[in-house]
Amino acid sequence: MRNILEVRHLCAGFPTLKGEAVAVNDVSLTVPEGKIVGLVGESGCGKSMTARAVMGLIRYPGRVISGSILLDGRELVGMPKKEKRALRGSEMSMIFQEPMTSLNPVMKVGRQVEEAIRIHEKVTAEEAARRSVEILTKVGVPEAKKRCLCYPHQLSGGLRQRVMIAMAMILGPRLLIADEPTTALDVTVEAQILQLMRTLSSGGTGILLISHDLGVIAQLCDHVYVMYAGRIVESADVNELFDRPLHPYTRGLLNSVRSLRGGGDVLDTIPGAVPNLTRMPAGCGFSPRCPERCDECVMDVPGLVDMGNGHLVRCRPAEGEEAK
Amino acid sequence: MLNHVLRRFFQAFLVLILVALLIFLMLRVVPGNPIATMMGEHANAAAIERMTSELGLDQPIPVQFFRYILNALRGDFGTSYSMGKPVDRLIRTAFPNTLILALCAALFAWVVGIVCGTISAVRKNSVLDRLFMGFSLLGVSVPVFMAAMILQYVFAYHLHWLDISGVKSWKSFILPAVALGWNSAGSISRLVRSTLLEILQADYIDTARAKGRGQAGVLIFHAMRNAMLPVVTMMALQLSSLLSGAVITESIFAVNGIGRLAVQAIEGRDIPLLQGTALFSTALVILGNLTADLLYGVLDPRIRKEVVR
Repeated sequence: MRNILEVRHLCAGFPTLKGEAVAVNDVSLTVPEGKIVGLVGESGCGKSMTARAVMGLIRYPGRVISGSILLDGRELVGMPKKEKRALRGSEMSMIFQEPMTSLNPVMKVGRQVEEAIRIHEKVTAEEAARRSVEILTKVGVPEAKKRCLCYPHQLSGGLRQRVMIAMAMILGPRLLIADEPTTALDVTVEAQILQLMRTLSSGGTGILLISHDLGVIAQLCDHVYVMYAGRIVESADVNELFDRPLHPYTRGLLNSVRSLRGGGDVLDTIPGAVPNLTRMPAGCGFSPRCPERCDECVMDVPGLVDMGNGHLVRCRPAEGEEAK
Repeated sequence: MLNHVLRRFFQAFLVLILVALLIFLMLRVVPGNPIATMMGEHANAAAIERMTSELGLDQPIPVQFFRYILNALRGDFGTSYSMGKPVDRLIRTAFPNTLILALCAALFAWVVGIVCGTISAVRKNSVLDRLFMGFSLLGVSVPVFMAAMILQYVFAYHLHWLDISGVKSWKSFILPAVALGWNSAGSISRLVRSTLLEILQADYIDTARAKGRGQAGVLIFHAMRNAMLPVVTMMALQLSSLLSGAVITESIFAVNGIGRLAVQAIEGRDIPLLQGTALFSTALVILGNLTADLLYGVLDPRIRKEVVR
């Protein structure tokens, strides 16, 4: 299977008064054709920064420091702005977290949906309008023709997110990055949007789904990367990860989700918070919060080790346990 | 929408009547007899009294006001004491000068303000940004009379490029328009800069970039229209205040406009003329507010009343 997206040893960060804060540290991940790949982690762990790095939308003064990003075999890091712009919206596109603020409030929905066509292709106004109605209907916007004439504030949150998806999908991109696409939505709407993404991926689009919601990840993804403090700490197929979480952080995340099957009144929490980027602990970034910390953990950063079945983990104690 | 417009118009009319009453009362509360001033110190008491009753100033104030409003509605604002001409005709002859001056000043302010503000926002903290913001700070803080005199000194007295004062040709309007518009240009460029900087951080700007829009496209199609919302309001308000007479600028550059007329009215205790110019200026300010209100609705669909379902 072809890899639509290949990120290799990506480092990205932004300057602070105390030196450069590395928000994305040596991240490698792949998104194969027609698959949905999950990227999980707490707020501030570098998920969105990774996504923005791929899209080339890191906000100034942030930047990609090193590494490589291959979109369908083409190197994006260092690609001239103009060439990269030609790929955005056509070959790769992105859905943002907030459907409320991600649409231009003073532009009619139809114009916003067809904008990508007008940028990348030379078509007539009628053709662009026709195709935007078509894609809106496809993502389940009822009375699409009428909605095209609406302004974003006249639509509900679910409809707006559908519009966002339609906008991202209109040119049939090879890669779709969805940054917490359902966080701002009701549960019922969330289910519909997730179903829609599943349909898209079966059409061959590779999807990188960013979320902190393990429920969403479990339902949708084929493969999952767990990110903590800028690094990938665990990577495995979705079933493998949920059955056999190896990293203490992943286990903490899973325990903090109330399972329908499990009993217990009190939710587990992971004590502490994500470390500040400018004051990273020595060794493993998770060690200050880790219940299984050993002396080795604080000495240096552990590497990603393959534990079989393509299950990678970045944790010394986990390696040791498996070896026993 | 129509309902909204009509209601706004009605409100504006009400405000106008109230302001008329206020001006009317204020002029009558001021101590001193305007008739005595008008007739000079040698007039005898009988003559003053006769004149007062001829002009209807001995009537009770409510009656005077009612009569004034009725006449005003018919377009009769009384006759100027000092110039002996109907007030409406005086205003009508003075207004074109004020209009040209105000439009030139507004044009200068808007073009300079929007262009400089946009460049400053896009090239934040660059040399150009600092230069433009320095100039706009000067514009906002230097008083008009000062700016006017500096311009006269440099461009008329030293360089001889333009006339010092008086209206001879279209060129005569350049200096007063710049002097008058500099202040507005300063506030507009600062507003455009800060609004644009804020908007360029908005999520929908990222969306536009994600679609493949370049810097210029993002600016033109997405940022500018949103940034224009507060700017248009400010422009409409500025235009109305510019139109209602630039008292200082008109006096310094000897432009015979509404502002200068008002100064003459005050000097001569000319009640009808003063009432007329004040009312006229008020009407323009109210009209400016109204325009800003309605324009805002046109630019921002969220403000429009009707909701398409």
